[in-house]
Amino acid sequence: MTKPLSSWKLPAACVGLILLASSSGVSAQTTSAQTIDKADNAWMLVSAALVLLMTGPGLALFYGGLVRKKNVLATMLQSFAMMALVTVLWAIVGYSLSFGAGNSFVGGLHNVFLHGVGLAPDTDYAATIPAQTFMVYQLMFAIITPALITGAFAERMKFSAMLLFMTLWSLIVYAPMAHMVWGKGGWLNAALGGRFPSLDFAGGTVVHITSGVSALICAKYLGHRLGYPKEPMPPHSVVLSFVGACLLWVGWFGFNAGSALSSNGLATSAFVNTHFGAAAAVIGWAAAEWLRNGKASALGAISGGVAGLVAITPAAGYVTPMAALIIGLTAGGFCYFMVAKVKSWFGYDDSLDAFGVHGAGGTIGAILTGIFATSSINPIYHKPNGDPLPSGVVDGNWGQLGNQFVAILIAWVLAIVGTYLILKAVDLMIGVRVPADHEVQGLDLSQHGEEGYYWELSAS
Amino acid sequence: MSMTKIEAIIQPSKLEPVKEALLEIGVEGMTIIEVRGHGRQKGHTEIYRGREYTVDLLPKIKLELVLADEMVDRAVQTIVSVTRTGRIGDGKIFLSRIDGAIRIRNDERGATAL
Repeated sequence: MTKPLSSWKLPAACVGLILLASSSGVSAQTTSAQTIDKADNAWMLVSAALVLLMTGPGLALFYGGLVRKKNVLATMLQSFAMMALVTVLWAIVGYSLSFGAGNSFVGGLHNVFLHGVGLAPDTDYAATIPAQTFMVYQLMFAIITPALITGAFAERMKFSAMLLFMTLWSLIVYAPMAHMVWGKGGWLNAALGGRFPSLDFAGGTVVHITSGVSALICAKYLGHRLGYPKEPMPPHSVVLSFVGACLLWVGWFGFNAGSALSSNGLATSAFVNTHFGAAAAVIGWAAAEWLRNGKASALGAISGGVAGLVAITPAAGYVTPMAALIIGLTAGGFCYFMVAKVKSWFGYDDSLDAFGVHGAGGTIGAILTGIFATSSINPIYHKPNGDPLPSGVVDGNWGQLGNQFVAILIAWVLAIVGTYLILKAVDLMIGVRVPADHEVQGLDLSQHGEEGYYWELSAS
Repeated sequence: MSMTKIEAIIQPSKLEPVKEALLEIGVEGMTIIEVRGHGRQKGHTEIYRGREYTVDLLPKIKLELVLADEMVDRAVQTIVSVTRTGRIGDGKIFLSRIDGAIRIRNDERGATAL
């Protein structure tokens, strides 16, 4: 799977890296420029920006509104911190471990310090855009995935422990999962010859199952917040969450349609499916809530939208728009059930429902992808002569469902084992949870020495 | 001349009409405070992602007036007539004696300071 390292066009600012890169050679520079499709590159850069928009401000607002007033800044900062931390990690080693050539489970160290990741396309991944566009686009996924986990340990984790945990998690859980599903030679890769080709268009297993299941382990490991579930802990501002959810929806077009890695028809298909899945899930969640409580709520509607976006993520580039409606509707009802019922049965304090929405939605989405994937939308499997082979169960390929379960199982096991071991290690080193008095005071003051709404008292 | 403090806890929606009615009968100053509380009116439930919360302390407005005694009956009648709907939750009025009053600006004492 190795290929000649591609060329470099170095911005003047990267002088420090020239030494590292110089050995890769720059001879292909002129020819590579001609293979770049300007429309593809424009769309992929916009998509990368859209995916970043999902973390900040999208997820930061969504989660920030759901916590109590005394934790709003700490919660928002946890998402924002990923934008800085994971970016630096990605540049140093994360990208290489995820997408560099390696074994079936994890990438190698060929691309550390972005060595060999230049402006010529990496034809294994995306033949018409610079490798750096692909790299920065994938970075945005690596940022939002750990940020999603923060919802589970909201209002009680030490900031320092969170940073250490996320650093290790990015390298030990995210990078191998991304490599197995999307990396060249990955065990589950459907496009590049994996042992168990699984269909995950934009990150149902890689992003949502890993983050959601890890979230559950975090919630169990840290224990519930002081006072939970006796003390009321309603969201301090559903308004903030509302704005955040709407930004997530918009950003998700970059997440899913961008995963076509081209501005082609497949991107349109993924775009339409993404929108349809979200819309149907709003109806699914709201209807379930309406039946049970006699009212449809704003928080329910936006939660349903996010659940639908999660579930359609693995399917976005493989299914028809009508299947997207079914997937969304199913996910909306299912995630409502997980959040409103199952959580209280088991008594874990998944504070902002990272597992109930992302873990559960990602899993149901991965299964439904195996059912509804069709070669009429995306001929991912084909004969040597190019004729399409069946994709999912609707095409008659029941085996795909088995592959989906293998991928789901691996994602769950990796998330459970990896997260538990990392938490244990971080706990031994510096402790994961804030002292009780800090928790009562709120993380904004105790961890960061500031308050989100200080002006309420001081304005005069 | 003796003075009385009127503390009226009322529905927030009644603040404006009460304020206007009191100004009309010659009440010159008042202090209002946003408070939460409940009497016989119990709260309501809110549901967030399936979790029910009982909100039993509802937002109310507390109006504080200190008046010379001869004004008190009229002021109380005015407040009652404007805020009464006949339903639970209309609020309450408390009266108490005031021992002294001082105007900070010029050190006036007693009812002239009101």
